[in-house]
Amino acid sequence: MQSVQFEAPGTVDEAVALLAGATGDTRILAGGTDLLVQLRAHMINPGLIIDIKKIDETRSLTKNADGSYTIGAAYAGAEATERDDITKDWPGVVEGWDLIGSTQIQGRASLGGNLCNASPAADSVPAMIVAGMTANIAGPKGRRTIPVQDVPVSPGKTSLGKGEFIVSFNLPGRPKGGGDAYLRLIPRTEMDIAVVGCGVALVLDDSGTVTSAKVSLGAVSAKVLVVDAAAKAIIGTKLDDDALAKLDAACQAAAKPINDKRGTIEYRTKIAGVLARRAVKIAAERAGS
Amino acid sequence: MSTGKTDYKWVGTRTIRPDGHDKVTGRAKFGSDFSLSGMIHGRVLRSPHAHALIKSIDTSAAEALAGVKAVITSKDFKDQPSELIPAGEAMVNYKDMTRNVMAREKVLYDGHAVAAVAATTVEIAEAALELIKVNYQVLPHVIDVDEAMADNAPILHDDLVPVGMDAKGPTNIAKRVEFTLGDAAKGFEQADVIIERSYSTAAVHQGYIEPHAVVASVAEDGQAQIWCCTQGQFMVRTFVGQLLGMATSSIRVTPSEIGGGFGGKTVVYLEPLATLLSSKVGKPVKMIMSREEVFRASGPTSASTMTYKIGATKAGKITAVDATLKLLAGAFPGSPVQPAAMCAVAPYDVENVHIVGYDVVANRPKVAAYRAPGAPISAFGAESIIDELAKELGLDPLKMRQLNAAKTGTKAAYGPTFRNIGYQETLDAAVAHDHYKAPLGPNQGRGVASGFWFNIGGESSATVNINEDGTAVVISGNPDIGGSRASLAMMAAEELGIDYHDVRPIIGDTASIGYNFLTGGSRVTFATGLAVVEAARDAVRQLCERAAKIWEVDAEGVIWDDGHAKPASTNVGEFDPLSLAQLAAQAAKTGGPISGHNAQNVQGAGPGFATHICDVEVDPETGHVTVLRYTSIQDVGRAIHPSYVEGQIQGGAAQGIGWALNEEYIYNAQGKLDNPGFLDYRIPVASDLPMIEAVMIEVPNDRHPYGVRGVGEVPLVPPMAAVANAIESATGVRMENLPMSPPRVLAAIDAAQLRQAAE
Repeated sequence: MQSVQFEAPGTVDEAVALLAGATGDTRILAGGTDLLVQLRAHMINPGLIIDIKKIDETRSLTKNADGSYTIGAAYAGAEATERDDITKDWPGVVEGWDLIGSTQIQGRASLGGNLCNASPAADSVPAMIVAGMTANIAGPKGRRTIPVQDVPVSPGKTSLGKGEFIVSFNLPGRPKGGGDAYLRLIPRTEMDIAVVGCGVALVLDDSGTVTSAKVSLGAVSAKVLVVDAAAKAIIGTKLDDDALAKLDAACQAAAKPINDKRGTIEYRTKIAGVLARRAVKIAAERAGS
Repeated sequence: MSTGKTDYKWVGTRTIRPDGHDKVTGRAKFGSDFSLSGMIHGRVLRSPHAHALIKSIDTSAAEALAGVKAVITSKDFKDQPSELIPAGEAMVNYKDMTRNVMAREKVLYDGHAVAAVAATTVEIAEAALELIKVNYQVLPHVIDVDEAMADNAPILHDDLVPVGMDAKGPTNIAKRVEFTLGDAAKGFEQADVIIERSYSTAAVHQGYIEPHAVVASVAEDGQAQIWCCTQGQFMVRTFVGQLLGMATSSIRVTPSEIGGGFGGKTVVYLEPLATLLSSKVGKPVKMIMSREEVFRASGPTSASTMTYKIGATKAGKITAVDATLKLLAGAFPGSPVQPAAMCAVAPYDVENVHIVGYDVVANRPKVAAYRAPGAPISAFGAESIIDELAKELGLDPLKMRQLNAAKTGTKAAYGPTFRNIGYQETLDAAVAHDHYKAPLGPNQGRGVASGFWFNIGGESSATVNINEDGTAVVISGNPDIGGSRASLAMMAAEELGIDYHDVRPIIGDTASIGYNFLTGGSRVTFATGLAVVEAARDAVRQLCERAAKIWEVDAEGVIWDDGHAKPASTNVGEFDPLSLAQLAAQAAKTGGPISGHNAQNVQGAGPGFATHICDVEVDPETGHVTVLRYTSIQDVGRAIHPSYVEGQIQGGAAQGIGWALNEEYIYNAQGKLDNPGFLDYRIPVASDLPMIEAVMIEVPNDRHPYGVRGVGEVPLVPPMAAVANAIESATGVRMENLPMSPPRVLAAIDAAQLRQAAE
């Protein structure tokens, strides 16, 4: 077992320099709720760990003048639940974020870590995607911003290049008539990994008709899916039974799960439709309120 | 034997527990908390294969690594004869035991120990494991019980000769047991309704939160000391002595506080390895299992498949039961199939019973005891089919059970005739409980189930020392996993007539107290409690003698009353009572220290019966089951410390709900355990459970001075069927296979809907 170098830089530039200069396996530490587990289980053996929590930008959550938010990559879910603004504007985003682990874990667990762990079952990701969030990435060539859904590539792999890490996220302002929700199915009631997750964001007009919608599914593919056909099934409807049935069918058709210890193909496919129907109803209720 | 009184001062109260402060403040020392100076660290190399021949093991590179002090393999253990030795509730075979702690010719399961290393640091020990080269010849493996019994199954032990049956050739069936009462065939002729069903249960782990841990230190003169978390320090001493060829007198075992056992710590894994490593190195060796090791290599309880056939008259009288139970033992013989068969229909007065059981080996870790070993498995089948029978007959399920309940004087199918038992009382209390009458909402259902466990007595020793200031120390020899220290101190305080807080209960090491059989069989408060009562009475006899000496009267003329020696009558003379403290202060002058002792093989354990009521809500679209309300009613004999008894009842229900809903060992195609951790081995978390209401019925055991019955095991017997029966009530779908996880429940609901649509 090699010794681990631990660094906690105070600025983005220092972090990028450390990352770019590293030779062996290097890991970014945000909340650490995946990293420490992997270390202790001997799944990884990094030479360098860079804690980004000393960088102010990663640890703040700001509501901007235009109603949008800038969220630090290492801002914790439990902190978000204590904010009146984001919990009112984007309850689904906060739900996915704060579902992770137990109360103790929720005090650490971050959006940046959950996204970069690149698990198809990551709870925060479906809600982030349907909310239209983007990731602000710092690297040796400067900064760039990409949609959240473009960060994970496959289980455990991201599109981030050498020397890059996520500093923060942009979350648009809540549109008028907008509502969002995240639901997951786990065998227990908490402290579990999603068998299926579903994020929904939609906008209703004054008549209660869906004018725009986004639906995403977790844990039913190698990465979180955005199901356009599901959105199409409800746009222009008042979420009548027929529309919900089409939504259900579209999600089942899009789901491409595997059989594993957490669920079967048959079960996950069915649940994808069930959760989508339920999440849409919750999002619509919130949109109306 | 009874004390004849019921107006106790301490018994039946909720005293502060003697281990409470230390556990709350973190001062209590559990297995892994113990350390010695100069200590080094041991780690175990484990098999990556489910079944393989060990062609060779090359430890030279590991031994050459700087910091490595010793490497051991099976070559360092002498082989043991194959013979069954009674060890309390189970039989042990040292030939198997030595192979389980260290694989010899073959590895028989994923996680089977192959070698162990002691090094100056854990990191070096782990690095050394990677340098050990084991040449395996991988063999076909078998995981499931029915496959293991099939004709062409891979054979684990070529020399296995089954007990109780003939075998045509090599077999994985280690034993066949059969229990017959009356004539089942005749009983079925009398039946108006006959139902036949198959059931299965998954292997489940005890799930104790504290992994196995040990520190062993063997001195130059061969004297060994072992500190470990165990349910029996004397068991550890016996087994280590046998496996390492050491005299019992040369081994001293001190039990740590124990973070749960539930039967899983009634065996040895690390203790012989650490002791052998220490003897080779001459330094203390510490070993701790990781959670993954606990799952892969320590005992769960059996997986099973079962068939039940039951017949009853229209009036609801059960006329016959015929059952076949197949229980997996893991890699070596010894599943709890015998108690499973004995307990299956023990709560019922059935004239015709025929039960056959098979003990079957397969490529999984050797099972260990788990609360009422075997009984929860057979009860899942029995209590499910009785529920179905009640529905078929249009009878309330509790009424069905009342009609057939075993009573005092009923001859049980497994042999004995019950004396004062309280099963009926649990049923009557269930019928009367407001839970049973509470309304249910949509998708909700209610189930009931009952359970039985023998409970045991066994060998116990106790000492009650009267201190010079009038306080007392109670020394016993059973690790306290359920509150026994408090209960023992309370009974001693009651006998001595002094304040409970002046009685300090201590658990002795193997050199400080006479032999005690391990903590198991729900025996400690009953059996060791009896030894403590007798030891306290021995001390009281001495106290009375001292008073007689002071008063210069015959000892027979002195009685003990409320903590004081008093003249038995005015004929003896007029003397002011002498308190225990006064007598203790004069002990040196009146004959020396006052110390009461008792050692006996305690008989007369009173069996335990329980009836549980469970409400669930089933999500018809996801199959997710929520337990809404749960009531456990149990005959507890007499609750010495009611809070602890309630805790036992609640804990059993919680574990049973986990067994019912989500717990299972998942093996992949290569026979490797796929979920060796609490993430995917899903015991219930707090938010999964409602408050479990414990209702204590007290039908005192007439063979204990305070009426104690064991209470720790029967709470795990009814829950799986109670949950299954509740799911059936909510959905109309009967779940016959455990666990009743969301995918399985949904598949069953969907299949039922398809069937209905087709009809």
